[in-house]
Amino acid sequence: MKKSLFKSLRAYRHQPLSLFLKLLVWLSIALTVGAFVLLVGYVLVMGVPHLSLDFFSLTYTSDNVSLFPALVNTLSITALALVIAVPLGIFAAIYLVEYAKRGNKLVALVRTTAETLSGIPSIVYGLFGLLFFVTTLGWGYSLLAGAFTLAIMILPLIMRTTEEALKAVPDSFREGSFGLGAGKLRTIFRIVLPSAVPGILAGVILAVGRIVGETAALIYTAGTVAAIPDGIFSSGRTLSVHMYTLANEGLHVGKAYATAVVLIIMVVGINALSGFLAKKITKT
Amino acid sequence: MDKFTIQDLDLFYGDFQALKKIQMKIQPKEITAFIGPSGCGKSTLLKTLNRMNDLVEGCRTEGTVLLDDENIFGTMDVNLLRKRVGMVFQKPNPFPMSIYDNIAYGPRTHGVHGRAQLDEIVEQSLRSAAIWDETKDRLKKSALGLSGGQQQRLCIARALAIKPDVLLMDEPTSALDPISTLKIEELALELKQDYTIVMVTHNMQQATRISDKTAFFLLGEMVEFGDTEQVFSMPEDKRTEDYITGRFG
Repeated sequence: MKKSLFKSLRAYRHQPLSLFLKLLVWLSIALTVGAFVLLVGYVLVMGVPHLSLDFFSLTYTSDNVSLFPALVNTLSITALALVIAVPLGIFAAIYLVEYAKRGNKLVALVRTTAETLSGIPSIVYGLFGLLFFVTTLGWGYSLLAGAFTLAIMILPLIMRTTEEALKAVPDSFREGSFGLGAGKLRTIFRIVLPSAVPGILAGVILAVGRIVGETAALIYTAGTVAAIPDGIFSSGRTLSVHMYTLANEGLHVGKAYATAVVLIIMVVGINALSGFLAKKITKT
Repeated sequence: MDKFTIQDLDLFYGDFQALKKIQMKIQPKEITAFIGPSGCGKSTLLKTLNRMNDLVEGCRTEGTVLLDDENIFGTMDVNLLRKRVGMVFQKPNPFPMSIYDNIAYGPRTHGVHGRAQLDEIVEQSLRSAAIWDETKDRLKKSALGLSGGQQQRLCIARALAIKPDVLLMDEPTSALDPISTLKIEELALELKQDYTIVMVTHNMQQATRISDKTAFFLLGEMVEFGDTEQVFSMPEDKRTEDYITGRFG
């Protein structure tokens, strides 16, 4: 081992710059992985001891800051936001890739808009949601207002990733389908979209990540009520908001870490599930 | 009766004229080969016959192409045209689905859904494309697992599954090894009993081996068209002679 290391070092004798670059690359890798391990490790160490069955009880009280209501709210808001944004994003992308003519002004406009939208800080979305959904439409602090706000936030993301996924489908598939006398709709829904599913799912996973991690936009729109919702017009806090509130109040910091653990497990779970789904769908 | 009658066909990509006043009659149940150097318009003409050129932005045609006396640019539904005029592409392009579903895609598109009927079409098409024996035990497996030559025969089977009159082949063997090429050529010779075949090829030996008629194109014009033997042994035009003797192209 030592000898071979020495040997490989000697090979760099005439290219000191090359050795320097190699070390730099290794350092970057070490730092990246290290940061990840440190972060997850720290959260786990701080959080896991506070996980208990009580923490998953149905009701939240000031003594037992159960995260179960927040879990339900997170799932509800994620599902709602995806139901709104995913079809819109996919259909918009289909228009951009499959229908719009090249050099179409509208396409350039939509793309610029999407890029601008994805650069806006989430608190601005929150403010908009508060003014429009909560106040103007009179939905109040509600899961629905939160979901719509988040849907607008993730729409550009879904649209752009779907667009890229559709563009990556080889034209030879489309030609093959048209050559058999299939129309445009059939070609898109039977050939192009199924081939693009992995790419689209990757976008959806990113979107789920943003939804689950969002606090700023939700505090203003979905509120912070820690209860299992009665319906989509109930106010409710998600896990991230739960965590934020616990840490903010300063009384249950350990529980905030425990919430983070659940949050991480959930995100990993969702990623695994989507990967599995993608495999299932594309497997033939 | 002529299968295709092409009259005064001009084709433009934007301002560029890719085909100039093409006149030609294509006979049924024969193999017609289009030869010529790259960019001479032979593939463009082939793709005009089932209007795949419609997909190219800025492409427009003048003149008429009759398929069994019916103008393909007229009121004919383009999807029905493509059902009658099947196509095999330069690079094998099986869909990312099972072998069975690849073949069944065309019939399903045109309204065949019965299980037994589809089973029969799939078997028949694969047999006609001489690939049944290699695929019958793996119909549910992905078509992408087949070799390049097998994929191309699968694509031929897929085209046959919608029972076309005409089969267009755009350099169907250019991406294949010699043995696969030979198989496709034998297949083409067999298929011409039932189908009209129009084939673009860069390989002049291939044209002499399998085609009945040959058309030579240059710079968007059809320079010469006649019996393959005639074109290759006693070309009438000097340019044809230069090309087939390898002086350019």
